[in-house]
Amino acid sequence: MKILVAIKQVANLDDDFEIRDDGKDVDHDFCDYEINEWDDYSLETALQIRENNGDEGEIVVVTVGPDDAEDELRKCLGKGADRAIRVWDDAIEGSDQVAIARILTKVVEKEAPDMVFMGVQAADNAYAQTGVAVAQQLGWPHAAVVNALEYTPGASTATANRELEGGLEEKITVNCPAVMTIQLGINEPRYASLRGIKQAAGKPLDEISHSDLGLSDDEVGEAGSVSRVRKVFVPEKGQAELIEGTPAEQAARLAEILKELSGA
Amino acid sequence: MSDILVIAEHRQGEVRPVSLELIAAAKEAGASSVTVALIGANAADLTGAVSVEGVDEIVTVPTASADFQPDEWKAAVEALIAARSPSLVMLPHSVDSWGFAPALGATGNYGFATDVFGIANEGGEWVVTRAMYKEKVHAEIDFPGKSTVVVTVRGGTWKPAEGSSSPAVSSLDASATANSSHVEFIEPPATGDVDITQAEFMLSIGRGIAEEDNVEQFSELADAVGATLGCSRPIADSGWLPKSRQVGQSGKVVAACKLYLALGISGSVQHQAGMKHVDNIIAVNTDPEASIFSIARYGIVGDIFEIADELVTHFE
Repeated sequence: MKILVAIKQVANLDDDFEIRDDGKDVDHDFCDYEINEWDDYSLETALQIRENNGDEGEIVVVTVGPDDAEDELRKCLGKGADRAIRVWDDAIEGSDQVAIARILTKVVEKEAPDMVFMGVQAADNAYAQTGVAVAQQLGWPHAAVVNALEYTPGASTATANRELEGGLEEKITVNCPAVMTIQLGINEPRYASLRGIKQAAGKPLDEISHSDLGLSDDEVGEAGSVSRVRKVFVPEKGQAELIEGTPAEQAARLAEILKELSGA
Repeated sequence: MSDILVIAEHRQGEVRPVSLELIAAAKEAGASSVTVALIGANAADLTGAVSVEGVDEIVTVPTASADFQPDEWKAAVEALIAARSPSLVMLPHSVDSWGFAPALGATGNYGFATDVFGIANEGGEWVVTRAMYKEKVHAEIDFPGKSTVVVTVRGGTWKPAEGSSSPAVSSLDASATANSSHVEFIEPPATGDVDITQAEFMLSIGRGIAEEDNVEQFSELADAVGATLGCSRPIADSGWLPKSRQVGQSGKVVAACKLYLALGISGSVQHQAGMKHVDNIIAVNTDPEASIFSIARYGIVGDIFEIADELVTHFE
C-alpha cells in the first residue's frame, strides 16, 4: 500500500509588508512560512490508515515549492511519512494552480499510489482548487471536503462524508484509487515525537525539477497557466471604531454599547 | 460578446439562494444575456426558482443523479459551454463547486479562478478580483488567450436578484460516467436547547479562549449579558462546544442576529460567511490586525479575559 500526501507551505505576511517592484506579488522577504493547517489533517488521515493496516505501507509526501519548503517536508517525515519529494526550479515560479496540479499529477503517475490526500484549501490563498485539478488531470475519481473516511487499502471503493454548508453532510462512495481533499476536524493530528524528529533527518528527500518529470518549459510557470495575476494591491478596509482606555474603562463602555444595542 | 452562463446550485430539491446572487452579479458585470443552467435529474422542476429579473434563458441538463455528482456536473458544464459559447461562466464558491469546478479549470480549455468577488470586462477581456495572503492583499487576475473564463464567486458579495421573468426554457443532454455515488444526506444533530439562527444577540468565542476550561467563564458571561453563546470552527472541532453552536460556512448563518460580540475570533472568511451581515458587530482581540476589525463597528484591542472579568460586573 502506498499513500501520497501533497502539502503546501503557506505564507504569513508581516504587518509592514511591501509589494514587489513589478506589482504582481508581495515581496517574499516579508513572509513567514508554515505548513498549511489542512495538510496536518491529510497526513494524519494517511498515518491512521497505515496504522489500521498493521503498520504496512508507504507514505510519501510531496510539495511544489522552493528551498524553504523542505522544513515542512521534514516535519511530515518526523510525524511518520517515509519519504519526501520536493519539486522546484525557476521555471515553476509564476505557476497558477492548474500548472501546479500538472506537476503534482506527474509525481502521482510516477509514484502510482493507492490514494492521494490533499488539503481542501491552503490557508494563505484559499484557492480550494489543486486536489480536484490533479484528479482531473489523472483521470481519477475524487471527493472534495471529506470529513470522515472509511477506506481499507486495496479496496475498490471508499466511503466518505463530504462536509456541506450549514452542518449538513453527504455520505458518498468513491471508486479507488482516488484523490480526496481533506477537511479540518476529520481527526486530531499528532505531534512529532522527539524520536520521530531525529529519524526524519535520515529519511530520503528527493529534489527534482519539472524536466525530471518530463514536463516542458511551456507546461509550467505562466505559460502553463490558465490565469495570470495582473497586479496585487492593498484593499481599503473598513475599520472598527476602537474603544480605548484601561480594560475597566473599555469594559464599561462596551457594557453601555451592549445595553443600548440589545435593548436591555 | 459578453454572454454569461450561471450554473445554479440546488440541494435536496431547493435552489440555493447564492444562485440568485450570481444572477445579480452577471447583470452587474454587463452581461449581454444571462443563461441560467440547472443540472440534475429533477432540474426541470426548479425553473421557477431561478426565473428572476435579468434571466434571459434557462437550460436544464438532466443527469442520472438528483443531487450533485461531480463527474456529471463537469460534463454538463462542458456541454453547456460547447452549446452556448459563453464568455464567462459563473458558479458559486461553494462546497459542491469545490468538488468539480477545478476539474473544468484543469482541462486547460478555459480561464479559471476561484473565490472571486470583483468582475469587470475591459475591452472584451474579463478581469476578476480575489484575495490572497489571508485577505491582506487583493489581486487582479486576467486570462490571456482564453475565450471562455470560468469563475467561482464568493457568496454574500452581491444582493440576490429578485422579481420575475419569463425566460425561454430548453434542455440539453450531457453524458458522463460517475465515479462516485450519493448514499445519503446526514442532517446536523438536533440543536437541542439552542437554535443560533434565531438568536438576536450572539456572544461568540474563538481560538482566543485558549483552553476548554475557559468555556465556562464565557458561557456565564453570555448568560449575564443576555446573549446566545456561539463559537468559531476550532472550538467546535475541539469538541469544546457542540457543532450546533458554530457560526460560519460549515456551521450556521446567524440570520436573525442584530448584535454580535466576537471574543478572540480573528474573523476568517469562513467565519464571516455566517455573520458579516450583522449590523452591529463588536470584536475583542489581542491582534490589532485581525480581520474581524475590518467588519466590526466597534473594536477593543485587548485581552478577552480582562475584558470579560470587567464586563460581567456591569451585568450583575
